Amino acid sequence: MDLSLVPLLAILVSLVVVVPIMLSSARPNLREFWTILAAVIKFVLVLTLLPGAMRGESVQLHLVDLAPGIPLALNADPFGVYFAVIASGLWIFTSFYSIGYVRGAGEIKQTRYFASFAVCLSATIGIAFSANLITFLLFYEMLTVATYPLVIHNEKKEAIDAGRKYLAFTLTAGLLLVAASALVYHYTGTLDFTPGGILSDADLPHTAMLLLFILFLAAVGVKAGIMPIHGWLPAAMAAPTPVSALLHAVAVVKSGVFAITRVVGYVFGVDVMGDYGLNDILILLAGFTIIVASLIAFAQNNLKRRLAYSTVGHLSYIVLGVALLTPTGMTGGIMHIAAHATMKITLFFCAGAIYVNLHRTEISNLDGIAKVMPWTMAAFVIGSMGLAGIPPINGFFSKWTLALGSLEGDMIFPVIILVVSGILNVGYFFPIIYRAYFKPGKGLEKYGEASPLMVVPIMVTAVLSVLFGLFPNLFFGFYDLAVDISLSLFNSAAP
Amino acid sequence: MIESHLPAYIALTFVLFSVVIPAFGLWRSELSQPLAVLGSGIAAGFSVYGFINYLNEGSIRYFFGGWEPPVGIEFVYDGLSGFFVLVINVVAFFVMIHSHNLQKVEFPGKEMPYYSLAMLMMLGFNGMILTGDLFNLYVFLEIASLSGYALIAIGEKQAPYAAFRYLIIGTAGGTLYLLGVGFMYTITGTLNIIDMAAMLPMLFESNATFAALILMIVGVGVKAALFPMHGWLPDSYTYAASTSTALIAPIGTKVAAYILFRIILWMFGIEITDAIAPLSYIVGVLACIGILYGSIMAIAQTEMKRMLAYSSISQIGYIIMGLSLANPWGFAGALLHVLNHAIMKACLFMISGQLRLKEGHSDISRFDDSYRIKYPWTMASFSIAAISMIGLPPLAGFFSKWYLALGTIDNSNWLFLAVVLVSSLLNAVYFFRVLEKVYMMNPEKGQKEPAEATRNEASASMLWPTGILAVSLIVIGFANAIIVGILLNIFPM
Amino acid sequence: MLDFFLGHYAYWFTIILLCIGVYGILFKKNLIKKTIGLAILQISVVLYFVSIASKWDATVPVLDPNIPVDQVANYLNPLPHTLMLTAIVVGVATLGVAFTLLLAIYNRYETLDEEELIEKLQ
Repeated sequence: MDLSLVPLLAILVSLVVVVPIMLSSARPNLREFWTILAAVIKFVLVLTLLPGAMRGESVQLHLVDLAPGIPLALNADPFGVYFAVIASGLWIFTSFYSIGYVRGAGEIKQTRYFASFAVCLSATIGIAFSANLITFLLFYEMLTVATYPLVIHNEKKEAIDAGRKYLAFTLTAGLLLVAASALVYHYTGTLDFTPGGILSDADLPHTAMLLLFILFLAAVGVKAGIMPIHGWLPAAMAAPTPVSALLHAVAVVKSGVFAITRVVGYVFGVDVMGDYGLNDILILLAGFTIIVASLIAFAQNNLKRRLAYSTVGHLSYIVLGVALLTPTGMTGGIMHIAAHATMKITLFFCAGAIYVNLHRTEISNLDGIAKVMPWTMAAFVIGSMGLAGIPPINGFFSKWTLALGSLEGDMIFPVIILVVSGILNVGYFFPIIYRAYFKPGKGLEKYGEASPLMVVPIMVTAVLSVLFGLFPNLFFGFYDLAVDISLSLFNSAAP
Repeated sequence: MIESHLPAYIALTFVLFSVVIPAFGLWRSELSQPLAVLGSGIAAGFSVYGFINYLNEGSIRYFFGGWEPPVGIEFVYDGLSGFFVLVINVVAFFVMIHSHNLQKVEFPGKEMPYYSLAMLMMLGFNGMILTGDLFNLYVFLEIASLSGYALIAIGEKQAPYAAFRYLIIGTAGGTLYLLGVGFMYTITGTLNIIDMAAMLPMLFESNATFAALILMIVGVGVKAALFPMHGWLPDSYTYAASTSTALIAPIGTKVAAYILFRIILWMFGIEITDAIAPLSYIVGVLACIGILYGSIMAIAQTEMKRMLAYSSISQIGYIIMGLSLANPWGFAGALLHVLNHAIMKACLFMISGQLRLKEGHSDISRFDDSYRIKYPWTMASFSIAAISMIGLPPLAGFFSKWYLALGTIDNSNWLFLAVVLVSSLLNAVYFFRVLEKVYMMNPEKGQKEPAEATRNEASASMLWPTGILAVSLIVIGFANAIIVGILLNIFPM
Repeated sequence: MLDFFLGHYAYWFTIILLCIGVYGILFKKNLIKKTIGLAILQISVVLYFVSIASKWDATVPVLDPNIPVDQVANYLNPLPHTLMLTAIVVGVATLGVAFTLLLAIYNRYETLDEEELIEKLQ
């Protein structure tokens, strides 16, 4: 079977579905049907690429020349497919959950919401399948623009301010990426992602390489929430919760860390990173972010903001794994993309369910809610314990791999950070669980569990987290895939 | 057969229609606009045909009356002039269609002189681009300028004063250009650009040519609104009728930029330009200051036309900056931006005209989210043009910035690179501000519910031109590799 | 040194005129005076062109039976003059447009003084 058009179709399906969504704005059920349909089709399309990816094959598609010598080209390589499977798979759950959420919360402009959501997913899959920096840039900016209506969705002052902040950060980042890409083009004459790095033969002076790396880091680090350029992420929590769940825990920020991995592994290459000492910068920044974000998370009383800072911290786990420049560390980082996605989406779903059902957003108001929302809170426990790295949930597994990876590189510092951060994670999640289960609640008599449209996705993602923890290879052979990806980066770098 | 006379046909079309319109307009003034559409349409057709012909057959040198230079006057239809003629005539065609419903509101009773003047102005612009003779260029420059002053004066109450200020500074600029031409004639004894280009290498490091060059750059710089000679532009664009602005803003400054291209890159060549002082770098720095100044001033405006006017100062800076880089990428970026900016600005100014027609104002502070329901297609076109101005891929505006960035890097000119990037951000500030107003509730004014309104969209004669221009921005974005391939071939060095 | 000035007196005259013109445009508050400055500026350039065409011991470029055609040096260069005919026409047209605009301004604001005008515009 010829698969060459599949990556394009996977991107287009959610872009095309915007039209029927807009047209059926007067009929909500039909409109939501389109969303679900697109989500399922997209997932199936991405899955058809998976067997090839498992064999280490890539599906390449050259569309048009965007500039002389720089094509708009897609390349569904194993890493891209890996990311696309996560994003498109979780979109299905988020779609169901969104329906329950926006109707339960009575949100305005629901058509715009679903349309923007679909465009975001197109952009995310586009990022996953980009074959070169220009194509990547195109989808990266598309993601920025499409996310903006979601961030400002409720159009209150706070949301609009958050939207401005979001644009300020991400548009600046986009421009830096333009500059960085132009420089790479100037030095090498190509922009195609290559395992082992484009810049490996460029032989630049040390300062130039360092500046270029910082430029890239600032450009893609914004979306990856690396401190000190993470400011938009907590602010963007003004968005509806499904947006926070899928975009700010999975699609947007994961695009950021995905991009960092692309930059490290496919633009600079592991050799260049090591030779020029660029990975030390990355390790330091990531370690700093992990610890500081966890500490700030303690101080947050708003549940979603606490989750946001937790996200900032966990993204840097992935960055740390990539920066270790050891195959095992890379595997751990790539695994954590999936692990954090399932766990954090569970937690955000829980926060949204609590908000829609009880209209509570502050942690200090959550006393005793486990009695009325037992399923939701059970999922919350699974998600939070997973993030803290308690076995057998998948967060443990990726952290364990990360620790092994740093030992493989004879580095102790990252291991210490991982341990300290695990303790801090327990520290900021435990009070929530304690309040929900052991403190007496007030005024909860008339409430019950949230609507099934929300609870079922929550349970599914929570169960997925456990299953991935127990059997990393159960679905789609994810662990093997991650190992193959990281090995491909190291093997091709070898002469 | 038609090919060999093509350059003359383009100009003669406008001559013909500037006479035909009064002839029919005196009889029936409502015929003026359709005739103007017809005239600019025919010229646009010739331009398209001519450019295709250029791609297949190469340049045309057309000698009027068969008199070869230096005795006669010639029109040169090469890649550069063909490209500019194509851009301005196609844009003018759309603007003319768009003016159908505006004419009764903005200049009632003056349709006939208005469209006749518009044709004369287009004649001037086309003549400036096509002519191969420096003095002839001056005459066409004055034809375009004089009709331009008159067009600007037909507008709001303040328009005559704005036009007068433009007249004073514009004529002074034209006179300085003429003085520069005088110097060049004294030195070389010819007025033909091609002859002069052949002689100039012998005059390397001549003070007199250097002075002439400065005079010409200053004179034309006034017309191009190159910082700090931009003072006339904001008032003129704001107070003129929307159709005039939509016609002059995308075209007028571009044509002046064309003269700079022709003089600096073709006639003098970058080595002679920079022989005595780094003139191209100075021009580039001025352009950069203009880029930042225009963007910052645009942020400070609340009136949409004024905002767009300042934005024009900034955008012309991109073009001249690309010229000053004098390398293939910078050149391609600048010329691509000529095309993109002409389309974007025409589209945006036309939309401001639509809003003025429907709402009676184009004051951004009074925009609200009912516009989204009242004018869905207008606002969709606006969004596309605005996002293209900001420079997000895959819209056309991104690519001109991309090539300009490549050009600055090729020259290791980090200052210019930073300016290109920073200015994009500033563009984002002033365009997203409008989009915010139009697409969102205003919580600061206590709005709690999305506005209710009924659709009140502009007529088809306005929606189609803006819509087509907006869609063409997407098309150009994807097709820019082809366009840039052509442009790189035009680059003279 | 003195020769340099005297030898080029026509050019110095032009330069002075040009400066007067620029001065009028920049510093005169009355719009009519500005327009006059503009006219002087244009005239100075016209005179420059005319003066570059002049030659000692040459006659008008009308064929004289006593001077053969191939002795081009004995005729004046006619081209700058013809160019300036066009330029003068352009100048007159510019003045016409300028005065029309001034009339429109005066009818609307009843002043031609720049400072007053700017006050009334606000």
